[in-house]
Amino acid sequence: MDAILAQLLNGLDKGGAYALIALGLTLVFGTLGVVNFAHGALFMLGAFCAVSFRYLITLETVTVDPTQTTAWGTALEVRTPLAQTWFGDWGAVLIDWSVPLSILLAIPVMLLVGIVMERGLIKHFYKRPHAEQILVTFGLAIVLQEIVKAIFGPNPISQAMPSALRGAADVGALIGLAPGALTYPLWRLVYFLFSAGVIAAVFGFLRFTTFGMVVRAGMADRETVGLLGINIDRRFTIMFGLAAVVAGLAGVMYTPLLPPNYHQGMDFLVLSFVVVVVGGMGSLPGAVAAGFLLGILQSFASMNQIKSLLPGIDQIIIYLTAVVILLVRPRGLFGRRGMMEN
Amino acid sequence: MALFQLSRRDALILAIFALVVITMPVWTAPFGANYPGLMQKFAIYAIFAIGFNILFGLTGYLSFGHAAFLGVGSYTAVWSFKLLTMDALPALLFAVLISGLFALAIGFLSLRRSGIYFSILTRAFAQMSYNLAYSVLTPITNGETSLQLTLQDPRLIDLALAPRGAGLPTASLFGMSLSGLSGFYFCAVVLLIAFFFAQKVFASPFGMMLRGIKSNQMRMSYTGFNTRPYALTAFVISGMYAGLAGALLAVTDPLAGAERMQWTASGEVVLMTILGGVGTLIGPVIGAWLIKYFENIFSSFNEGILGRFFDFVPAPLHDTVVAIASKFVGEGWQLTLGLLFVLVVVFLPGGIMEGVRRIGALFRRRGSPPKAGAMRVQPAE
Amino acid sequence: MTTSERNVVLHVDDVSKNFGGLHALSDIDLEVEEGQTHAIIGPNGAGKSTLLNVIIGRLAPSSGAVVFDGQVLTGRKPHQINQLGVARVFQTPEIFPELTVLQNVMVPAFAKRDGAFRVNILRNVAGEAALRDEAEAIIEDVGLSDRRLSHAGSLSRGDKRRMELAMCLIQHPRLLLLDEPTAGMSRHDTNTTIDLLKKIKARGMTKVIIEHDMHVVFSLADKISVLSGGRIIAEGLPDDVRGNIKVQEAYLGGAHRLEATH
Ligand SMILES: Nc1ncnc2c1ncn2[C@@H]1O[C@H](COP(=O)(O)OP(=O)(O)OP(=O)(O)O)[C@@H](O)[C@H]1O
Ligand SMILES: [Mg+2]
Repeated sequence: MDAILAQLLNGLDKGGAYALIALGLTLVFGTLGVVNFAHGALFMLGAFCAVSFRYLITLETVTVDPTQTTAWGTALEVRTPLAQTWFGDWGAVLIDWSVPLSILLAIPVMLLVGIVMERGLIKHFYKRPHAEQILVTFGLAIVLQEIVKAIFGPNPISQAMPSALRGAADVGALIGLAPGALTYPLWRLVYFLFSAGVIAAVFGFLRFTTFGMVVRAGMADRETVGLLGINIDRRFTIMFGLAAVVAGLAGVMYTPLLPPNYHQGMDFLVLSFVVVVVGGMGSLPGAVAAGFLLGILQSFASMNQIKSLLPGIDQIIIYLTAVVILLVRPRGLFGRRGMMEN
Repeated sequence: MALFQLSRRDALILAIFALVVITMPVWTAPFGANYPGLMQKFAIYAIFAIGFNILFGLTGYLSFGHAAFLGVGSYTAVWSFKLLTMDALPALLFAVLISGLFALAIGFLSLRRSGIYFSILTRAFAQMSYNLAYSVLTPITNGETSLQLTLQDPRLIDLALAPRGAGLPTASLFGMSLSGLSGFYFCAVVLLIAFFFAQKVFASPFGMMLRGIKSNQMRMSYTGFNTRPYALTAFVISGMYAGLAGALLAVTDPLAGAERMQWTASGEVVLMTILGGVGTLIGPVIGAWLIKYFENIFSSFNEGILGRFFDFVPAPLHDTVVAIASKFVGEGWQLTLGLLFVLVVVFLPGGIMEGVRRIGALFRRRGSPPKAGAMRVQPAE
Repeated sequence: MTTSERNVVLHVDDVSKNFGGLHALSDIDLEVEEGQTHAIIGPNGAGKSTLLNVIIGRLAPSSGAVVFDGQVLTGRKPHQINQLGVARVFQTPEIFPELTVLQNVMVPAFAKRDGAFRVNILRNVAGEAALRDEAEAIIEDVGLSDRRLSHAGSLSRGDKRRMELAMCLIQHPRLLLLDEPTAGMSRHDTNTTIDLLKKIKARGMTKVIIEHDMHVVFSLADKISVLSGGRIIAEGLPDDVRGNIKVQEAYLGGAHRLEATH
């Protein structure tokens, strides 16, 4: 029982990442009708926003302290991180919390990246066949990841989580189990709550703002909304930027769990397409539900009992699910009937 | 015999193509590409791309997982070397057979959907093959260390005929060693056969039906065609081509690793095909050659070579230019590849062959604009 | 006359089709006799195209069945229905835009000759002289000879429609379904098409034709069914239908005027 609960929890953080990426993919597909193979790269870019942010605030200034000397009699060089120079003692706190704080950098950067991408390239592909959209965004994904590789190098760069969030939470105690029976790393809990928060924000935004209402109407029937004289294109551009931000945030917060590497976008891309397909192409709740579902499924598949029963299942479970869903129920769990059903 | 008949035009094309391929060591010399290792790759990847084009170019189904068949072909060939004989023919035969069966199974399932769903399904199957090759299938694939020849291999047929020699053997054809230039000529002959077969497919009623499926699948079924077995046949044929190419890779270098099944390899063959010209016979060959050539040249560049290359740039700018350029070569070759991908899809969706056609049309009737969009990339939906 | 004497080849037997709450077809019964031209007329949205979709297997009926020449069509795949000898011209042309006109017309000929699936890579399309001649003759019949090497996608809407007709005719179907075959055509082309359809009729091909152009309807039809709101509201010989008051009403509500001349 505890073991099952533990696996359930283990799937939540990964599920959160899948859900956030799939949410953006679905938004873009639903509004713009574009199949974006570069969406995983946005997740990766988000992760490297966190890397850059930490790099910036830990840049060091070198000063010479004449009052102290080293053993060799030269003046001691003191290296102070930029953050400390600017903010004094708060600087150390700042560095400690750099991962969550880099959200402040990631939001404008990802918004900009998204808008530039949409205006510069994607918008020319609205009317072109899906195959060409796949090809061009696939090429774009390669370009983005190779640029990151050229700048940050091929090796993963690990990011520390804030020291306060390093331990594990005794989740078991909360639900009446013996203390210590069921613990869960704090940061994973944070990630799950964070993704839930972002998802709620996106849904709230779509539900309760006029902007969101227009976008939802546009997703349902683009032609009609266009006929109303509403400039749907501008909104869709912003939508694309928003999807980029969501993917980027997913990437930022994921860095303590997976040291950012340049190819993680491609790794997550296929997975999140699978998530979209399982949830139902074009269905936002579907994307979220399927994201968590697959995250949990994957964590169950990596249990030793299951692996010994079905060797290798942990390696393929997600793809297998997608294949089964596509063949048995092509519109996915939540997809509308007739929506891309062939 | 009908099997060997070609229209006069196709026969001419085949003859010219044969001439070009056979004289490859001559005309690649000025480019510094006339060493066997590279020319073997030219031949092998051309086969891969020609086969891929039968599925994507003719039938309109965009597979993102064809590297899986390449990998299966390589593994099969190496096993044939290890268990039976170093002779290349059985290796190719088994590879084509096994990858064909593999394609039959994957195609049967994937072709139940079209459009992006098909692409995602093929991608998912390839990813599963790759993951499994690295994990539970290590007894067959030898995992990360790659499948290689060893001194203890049984090689039943070879060792029945002759005692085990010292050192690792190389692939052969009826006792003739296939290393170096003879290896290239072997690949070249296989390429010509593969090209001829593709010509037959293109010119046949079967090929015409595949074009019909790409153009309007619904019309095909209301016209009385059962479209799924047609598409499946095209899928299996292209899977066999990939398996053949994989086996040849093993012939020229008896080693098979799972990285051959990676998404980059699947993406590369897509790029070769669209760069040369989707749906044309020669296009994929040109695409494969260009990409393999530039991959080879670019990835061997380093800052020293670049520095000399940009000697004409004035001193203050020189280092900057070299620094920027160096990001696109060597390790950064993939970046160039990605850019190329984007540029071709945006500006020349019909690939080089369309470019040639446009220029040709421009010369033929000056002033009148060339007919655009004749060869767009089209999904089957 | 009894059924056996009349030799009915197509039975539409109590067919209904609902789209969600919309009753696109309600209890349709239709009998088409061998060699006759049966016209179906009715205002926009009456369910005419839906009826054809049910016959050729594009849509499954909610209830009822379609029987052609003693074979139940309902539940069969579109290609099987075609192989039984049923061909259709669509309301919006369904063609192969990337292929030439000649290739467009040759493709259906292969389905007729080689069946639903045949991997034939030994032959060469260029060597199929007999099929090619036949295709060229039919292209000539529909008046597209000068365009036979053009890409079909570049044809005008009217020409596409004529080509689609040729694609059906080359299969010598026993039952030809035509969904507004002259829409988008000039007066002159319409008349040519009427003549062509009359010629096929002389060869004994059974046809179901949907038309808004009453000139075409009254030139060709042996029998007319009037569809409105998913029901057949009148049926009979052309002259009977012309004078039918219910039909006048259905049309006055719609966009068309029931007149034999324009
Ligand atoms: N696939 C479908 N899904 C939902 N509703 C449909 C579908 N096909 C047709 N309809 C509806 O069924 C009704 C009948 O449509 P149908 O196309 O058969 O009319 P029609 O008589 O051919 O009209 P027209 O003269 O305009 O061609 C219409 O209200 C149409 O909107
Ligand atoms: Mg209609």
